[in-house]
Amino acid sequence: MPDSHVVPPEALNDFMPVLMLVGFAISFAAVNIVGSWLLGKKGTPHPIKDSPFECGMEPLQEGRRRFSVRFYVVAMLFILFDIEVVFLYPWAVVYQDLGMFGFYEMLVFLTVLFVGWWYVVKKGALDWNSRRGPLRSS
Amino acid sequence: MSFSEEPLLYIGVNLAKIIIVTHVVLVVCAYAVLAERKVSAWMQDRVGPNRVGYFGLLQPIADALKFFFKEDIVPGHVNKALFVLAPAIALMPSLIVLAVIPIAPPVVVMGHTVPMVIADLDIGILFLFAISSLAVYGVVLAGWASNSKYPLLGGVRASAQMISYELMLGLSVVGIFMATGTLRLMDIVNLQVDGVWNCFYHPIAFIIFVIAAFAETNRLPFDLPEAETELVAGYHTEYGSMKFAMFFIGEYAAMFGFSALVAVLFLGGWDIPFMSSETFASLGNWGAVVGFISFMTKVLAFMFLYIWVRWTIPRFRYDQLMNLGWKVLLPIALVNVIITGLFNLPKGS
Repeated sequence: MPDSHVVPPEALNDFMPVLMLVGFAISFAAVNIVGSWLLGKKGTPHPIKDSPFECGMEPLQEGRRRFSVRFYVVAMLFILFDIEVVFLYPWAVVYQDLGMFGFYEMLVFLTVLFVGWWYVVKKGALDWNSRRGPLRSS
Repeated sequence: MSFSEEPLLYIGVNLAKIIIVTHVVLVVCAYAVLAERKVSAWMQDRVGPNRVGYFGLLQPIADALKFFFKEDIVPGHVNKALFVLAPAIALMPSLIVLAVIPIAPPVVVMGHTVPMVIADLDIGILFLFAISSLAVYGVVLAGWASNSKYPLLGGVRASAQMISYELMLGLSVVGIFMATGTLRLMDIVNLQVDGVWNCFYHPIAFIIFVIAAFAETNRLPFDLPEAETELVAGYHTEYGSMKFAMFFIGEYAAMFGFSALVAVLFLGGWDIPFMSSETFASLGNWGAVVGFISFMTKVLAFMFLYIWVRWTIPRFRYDQLMNLGWKVLLPIALVNVIITGLFNLPKGS
């Protein structure tokens, strides 16, 4: 039984530069944050400076307000559709090898996806104008 | 060349590639800000920055120094750890995606053929989309950690916009993989060098990809997350000094990344019309230099398009943005996959 915990050498070869680049990106970000903290002018503290920006007015209510449920709906739809797109990738890569069977299979898959999209649009989940909000009952 | 055989040479070559690529990108970012200000000025019949150095050429350095020496303020009402972390998260993905972008034909160093890409991954484009989608966390965390109304609105808008257009981005390029049968960006470029550029084979995908790239980088006409006329500055309202600049570097590096991706996927990468891979190979290492210049020309031209569009097309409304993405581009991209499938029916059937 092969030892599945050992990283294959090709993968190490391929991904080592990526790790090095990640290291560079982290150190670049850290240098920026720490450098600005060390070099920056030390200002005098003031309560107005510490308050949230509201165009010069006294802040009203708390900063974190409730926001529209539509944003959640979009997030859920994104997950559904993005998974479908990810399914398309391996199929697209081997498309030439699958033969006509692969084409018809994916035609069925895309039809189902299209019907799902049509349902979402008809249901009004993507209506940002309607006063009644998304997900009408009718 | 592999790590196990010649570790020192391997690390040295890769370090050199990383330093060259990241520094090219950071310098291009710095001067893209200057170019943006100059071009904006000309389009509005102004002069633009011209005080620091001849033609304002030292302006980016002056700006960077000024950012470092400004007061590094963390307001009292924010969530401190996330507030400091957010600009770093916004900046890092746009640097990491550069790993898989091939910039020139291979060069020969000390008898080894070195591909001019930091990591020649066989899942290149998947890696790129996976990492670039992490940038949305930086924006959302900045909006949330600021504990203030405008940044929160900007952050929430940004998240919905970026995830929506990521879908079109991923869907539009499926056609290319069907025709080429690979996710490795190096192979996609090589096929275009000896064939036809993908923007002629996949024109619909090209248009959708360009529109989605504008939305992904939060640039006009899709800059809703930082719409300055309604949200002050959007998600980075509460930021100052270098932390503010990091959002800027992240945005411009992302612009560079997407410009490079358009060049690689659709405009033939380093290809020059009527030059085949043999012509590049016959030039030896000078072929890599010529290829790199050709590649950078395409990237810079596309970055100019970003600036051009900014002063040409007014900002969308949020419902228009969502309608365009979900009700227009998504079905077109789906139909495009089917059309591409019909044009590239498997051979021998």
